[in-house]
Amino acid sequence: MNPIKTFPRGGVHPEENKLSANQPIQDFPMPKQIIVPLGQCLGAPADCIVKKGDRVLTGQLIGTAKGFVSANVHSPATGTVAKVDVVMDHTGYYKPAVFIDREEQDEWVEGVIQTDELLTEIKLDSKQIIDRVKDCGIVGMGGATFPTHVKLMVPEGKKAEYIIINAAECEPYLTCDFRLLLEKTQEFLVGVKILMKAVNTDKGIIGIEENKMEAIELLEKTINAHRDLYKGIEVQPLKTKYPQGGEKQIIKAITGREVPSGKLPIETGCVVVNVASTYAIYEAVQKNKPLIERIVTVTGKSVKKPCNLRVRFGTPANLLIEAAGGLPENITDVINGGPMMGKSVSVTDFPCMKGTSGILLMTLDEAQDRRQTNCIRCGRCAKACPMGLQPFLLHKVAKLNDFDETEANHIMDCIECGSCEFTCPANIPLLDYIRYGKAKTGAIIRARNQK
Amino acid sequence: MSNTLLISLAVLGILGGILAVILYFVAQKFKVEENPLIDEAEACLPGANCGGCGFAGCRALAEACVKQAAEKGNIDGLACPGTDMGKVAAVLGLTAAAFEPKIAVVRCNGSCQNSPAKVHYEGADICAFANTLYAGEGGCSKGCLGLGDCVKKCNFDALHIDKETGLPVVDPDKCVGCGVCAKNCPRGIIEVRPRGKKDRRVYVCCSNTDKGALVIKNCSVGCIGCQKCLKECPFEAIEMRGNLAYIDPAKCKACGKCVKVCPRGSIHAINFPAPKPETPALQGAEPVVKPQPKPELVEVKTEVKPENTVTA
Repeated sequence: MNPIKTFPRGGVHPEENKLSANQPIQDFPMPKQIIVPLGQCLGAPADCIVKKGDRVLTGQLIGTAKGFVSANVHSPATGTVAKVDVVMDHTGYYKPAVFIDREEQDEWVEGVIQTDELLTEIKLDSKQIIDRVKDCGIVGMGGATFPTHVKLMVPEGKKAEYIIINAAECEPYLTCDFRLLLEKTQEFLVGVKILMKAVNTDKGIIGIEENKMEAIELLEKTINAHRDLYKGIEVQPLKTKYPQGGEKQIIKAITGREVPSGKLPIETGCVVVNVASTYAIYEAVQKNKPLIERIVTVTGKSVKKPCNLRVRFGTPANLLIEAAGGLPENITDVINGGPMMGKSVSVTDFPCMKGTSGILLMTLDEAQDRRQTNCIRCGRCAKACPMGLQPFLLHKVAKLNDFDETEANHIMDCIECGSCEFTCPANIPLLDYIRYGKAKTGAIIRARNQK
Repeated sequence: MSNTLLISLAVLGILGGILAVILYFVAQKFKVEENPLIDEAEACLPGANCGGCGFAGCRALAEACVKQAAEKGNIDGLACPGTDMGKVAAVLGLTAAAFEPKIAVVRCNGSCQNSPAKVHYEGADICAFANTLYAGEGGCSKGCLGLGDCVKKCNFDALHIDKETGLPVVDPDKCVGCGVCAKNCPRGIIEVRPRGKKDRRVYVCCSNTDKGALVIKNCSVGCIGCQKCLKECPFEAIEMRGNLAYIDPAKCKACGKCVKVCPRGSIHAINFPAPKPETPALQGAEPVVKPQPKPELVEVKTEVKPENTVTA
């Protein structure tokens, strides 16, 4: 095993609480009607290409990407389009969506290989792989949902030296990537090979936090057992520290290189891809399967049966909560994602999407904001910031709407990991104000650049 | 002892005298010629430096007025939203266009009663931030978040959040209609409208452009886009913006007919006199579309029940 590495600056260590780590992935049955939102990625929502009354097959394209940063949307089930309307997503806002009345039997579109057989031979070339990734609508499934094909298109004059697989899963509670690594090890490793071929590199590094020793050992064993097949892939254990899985942090930890302020990771010669996305790329490239399902961790301390479920997109989240033993009585917060970066939801029946990595239920005791007091200038937030920023200062200037000052203090480098707020003894909602300042400053910078 | 006192007094006195003379000559040498009219014009302005006129402050507007008056002989296009520019024009020896006083209007009535909270928000009390996070406690994605960005930005102390309703309330005596609140509302709920004759105005107190079914889910007084008011209006002053009725203040004659037909009570009529005792409003009656003598009313969600309006 390689020596354990980590990023040098800041970070915190929240309770891990990986309650569902030993729960195998279960297939979750689809409900009668599924609601597929058209905007499932970071960029613009897809254009709907089906209409009411159309019969759609599983895996059929129902929304085409609009613009550069955007991803296709496919039908997760076979059935009839009931309507194209709006649905309330987890924030409570209405977003366009396709409602599909499902038929019992799944009927896949043509050209999809439905067997579970492991296909190791990569037939497509680099360009074809990227096109396939684009067609299949694959996005970063860690939660940010940035379209993966954009990442893989290395700009002119740059060279991708490393494919880094982000298997850190540093968010407490979440175990979906861990379970996927254990259960689909070979498929995952072929996925890494595909990515390496896509960007023409022979180095692939899988970064995993050391609290997932089982996965590290299994991956190393598999790589050693098939040396020829998985040549160039390495497993790099990382220290269990939040935010180890931040893109900039994992690059720094593994390669020692720092992404320059305001630049993309490709500047350091690295392309970072999430575990679930890697598996989705394997399915897309080898089996021609579009992205229509993902693993969702349903968890929480008072949840009866924390579990990892394979869910088709468009399944309402409240059904998943039912499957995990129902909504416990004392729950006050339902969080979409993990406890550090996830956001509280306004409604529980929002449809699962490409970025829904977990559904976390928290009781009043766990989730309640504690009484806020004045800043005591202890500097813990600055110590905890993995980007070397000064959260206390950013909080203050953002509150005063002084956006020259926020920009001068590099608010745009904030990765919104929440370490500062986690560590603040005065319980100041630092991240709220920083996010506010970041949004405003970003808008000002964009307006200036357009002139 | 007294010696020390006298010496220091003398030294400081002489020093002060010399410096005063030097400063006098320096001031003469570097004197900036400024039109005294600027000071006079500035005195007519409120001096709050709110920026509502589009200039950096009241003095900047005064300078612009004086400059334009000298160049073009008018002050057209330059206006302080809160002041009668006639005074400034008089100072400059000109006449200004008729002044139409304006006021900020909050186009949301989703109070704690009308749009009961479904979720509880904990976090930074900034509307602009909460707007990016969620739709709102009551669930309406176009409604007031009630965190008071408008209140914080108001330079005239003319807004405050009503604790009972959770909505901002405009103080008509203090509001000058500068529009800073409207600019800072992330949902564009606040609109600056003319105050109207006798301070009477009719407006749609809702900003939700969603379909009616979605509005009804979250709010009991939101506009559902039924277009009844549109058909009723004799002056074609009402237009539809998505599924939201909008009353154009330039065309509206404040007849109040739309207020009566609105099935949701979304149209508010402000400062109309109370109904005469002999024609009491039929509280709670359903709006009837067209019986021969027009029914004298229905339930209207306003401060005052309109009456004088039927004849218009």
